Amino acid sequence: MTARRRPFRSLAAVSLAALVAAGAALAPAPGAAQEPLRIEITEGVIEPMPIAIPAFVSNGGASAYAQEIRQVVVDDLAGSGLFRIIDSSAYLGRIGSVDERPEFENWRVINAEALGIAEAAMTEDGRLQARFQLWDVYGGKPLGDGLGLRAAAGDARRIGHKIADAIHLALTGEPGYFDSRVAFVSESGPKNARQKRIAVMDQDGANLRYVTDGGSLVLAPEFSPAGDSLVYISWGSGAPKVVYQDLRGGGSEVLGSFPSMSFAPKFSPDGGRVLMSLTDGANTDIYSMSLSSRQLTKLTSGPAIETSPDFSPDGAQIVFESDAGGTPQLYVMPASGGAPRRISFGDGRYGTPVWSPRGDQIAFTKQLGGRFHVGVMRTDGSNERLLTASFLDEGPTWSPNGRVLMFFRESPGASGAPQIWRVDANGRNLRRAPTPGAASDPSWSPLLP
Amino acid sequence: MTVLKPLAALLLVAGLAACSTDVEDTDATAGATPGYGAGQFDPASVEYFNQSIGDRVYFATDSSLLDAASQATLRAQADWLRQNAARTATIEGHADERGTREYNLALGARRAAAARSFLIGEGIDASRLRMVTYGKERPEALCSNDSCWSQNRRSVTVIAGGPIS
Repeated sequence: MTARRRPFRSLAAVSLAALVAAGAALAPAPGAAQEPLRIEITEGVIEPMPIAIPAFVSNGGASAYAQEIRQVVVDDLAGSGLFRIIDSSAYLGRIGSVDERPEFENWRVINAEALGIAEAAMTEDGRLQARFQLWDVYGGKPLGDGLGLRAAAGDARRIGHKIADAIHLALTGEPGYFDSRVAFVSESGPKNARQKRIAVMDQDGANLRYVTDGGSLVLAPEFSPAGDSLVYISWGSGAPKVVYQDLRGGGSEVLGSFPSMSFAPKFSPDGGRVLMSLTDGANTDIYSMSLSSRQLTKLTSGPAIETSPDFSPDGAQIVFESDAGGTPQLYVMPASGGAPRRISFGDGRYGTPVWSPRGDQIAFTKQLGGRFHVGVMRTDGSNERLLTASFLDEGPTWSPNGRVLMFFRESPGASGAPQIWRVDANGRNLRRAPTPGAASDPSWSPLLP
Repeated sequence: MTVLKPLAALLLVAGLAACSTDVEDTDATAGATPGYGAGQFDPASVEYFNQSIGDRVYFATDSSLLDAASQATLRAQADWLRQNAARTATIEGHADERGTREYNLALGARRAAAARSFLIGEGIDASRLRMVTYGKERPEALCSNDSCWSQNRRSVTVIAGGPIS
């Protein structure tokens, strides 16, 4: 068991744009006399922490929502691999109210280390209100100040994701990634005439919606740092062009009015610029476009293919792929351009580098000996570790907290098709991400506000 | 197998019919034009270009070099384009599935550019030759070994009707 008792961060009430924090301060944490419960995430095997999430106390017609929200919390936590939700049938304790101090002995006997209590109610104006408190069962103390959330009933699942994120933060010391979305390419039809559509879903697969209609070939969606727009590539004008798409009901437009084909788009961390590759065919270079002025700045030169750029989270550097050395390898350069420094030196071919949100790692695709891998390395190229292997694994994207990667895995042959998979950045917990059909090119959004 | 063969033949005919609908002028009936024997096409037709000259050339892995056979095909394409001066073409660049999407888009562009530059070098006006890369998104052959991958590493010269607007 790797649960440790050490100092913890107070759990501030989370606010949402669509969900208004009710600001209900629940049972304030007493002075931390004892070190509280905490999971230490290490490279080693983690024994999931057993926690109990009893049925939510609910009233005012909220019981169906309460069940749905609880299930979201349970699925998020169990899916992370860090928690084991003790089955409800084992629970001895009865919960009357979120304000009541639990009978901890009832939860100790089933070995629950943490206990999450919530209640849900409908407000007079027809909104859903939820209150939540996490408890340290063995310490007999509240963990954090609790949450008060209010939202439109249609956002019930987001309340669940917010509660799961709060539990993740309280018990690991790191923000979660549950209240986030994934943009991807939804694929259908035969391999040689595949229809591709840009789609967006919650990270757990719920609330799928299509952004494009399948009339044009599209690829490579990327979320803006605010999560409210996308860039992607579309062949709508005949040749590939980077398109900007407002997700708040605005339209879409091709970025720039140059004859070159453009692809491999990525937002800057401040959302003000978009990196992309422009090609005149024989040569492909990386450019940075200001979204306000639409002016292009050329960042690489030379006859090689330079593509797949991505900013460091502080915006100071860019990692990219180039075949200037004969095979595709990874390089880092200043964000304003300038001398690139090669960082990949292993055997094989490297591509699609993406900088981790914490800034300490770069994930990539590696092709080696007829297999494809998703791997991670430090930003200087050291400590390379391959996390996956298959006929074709490609295109990693980081969870907002930098703990999980999504990528796509394509099966071989005429009936081959891609699916989105996820794996922890330490190589554990590999599993399919739920999409309705074939899917590729995932891009993970930031945590939603 | 004996059941499949007629079906395959039918599909081929359907494919040709589909191709010919893209052509506005009289080539649509080229296959049946009096004066040309069975299996022959009007030399001015898109079918002739696609099948008798060859609309595509192939590349080695990661390469955009045109070998002698490819150069011969492209020379014949250039002759045809000279003789059919109202025609324009879009040169598609493609890659096999053994690479990332983004690298393959650049590689496909490189292959299309190699074919286009060769045609320009043979005297075809650059304004008649568009270029597009599909990377690995439009495979011709679907198996996952080199017998298919070698068919997918290609550039295809797609003939259109009028001048580029």
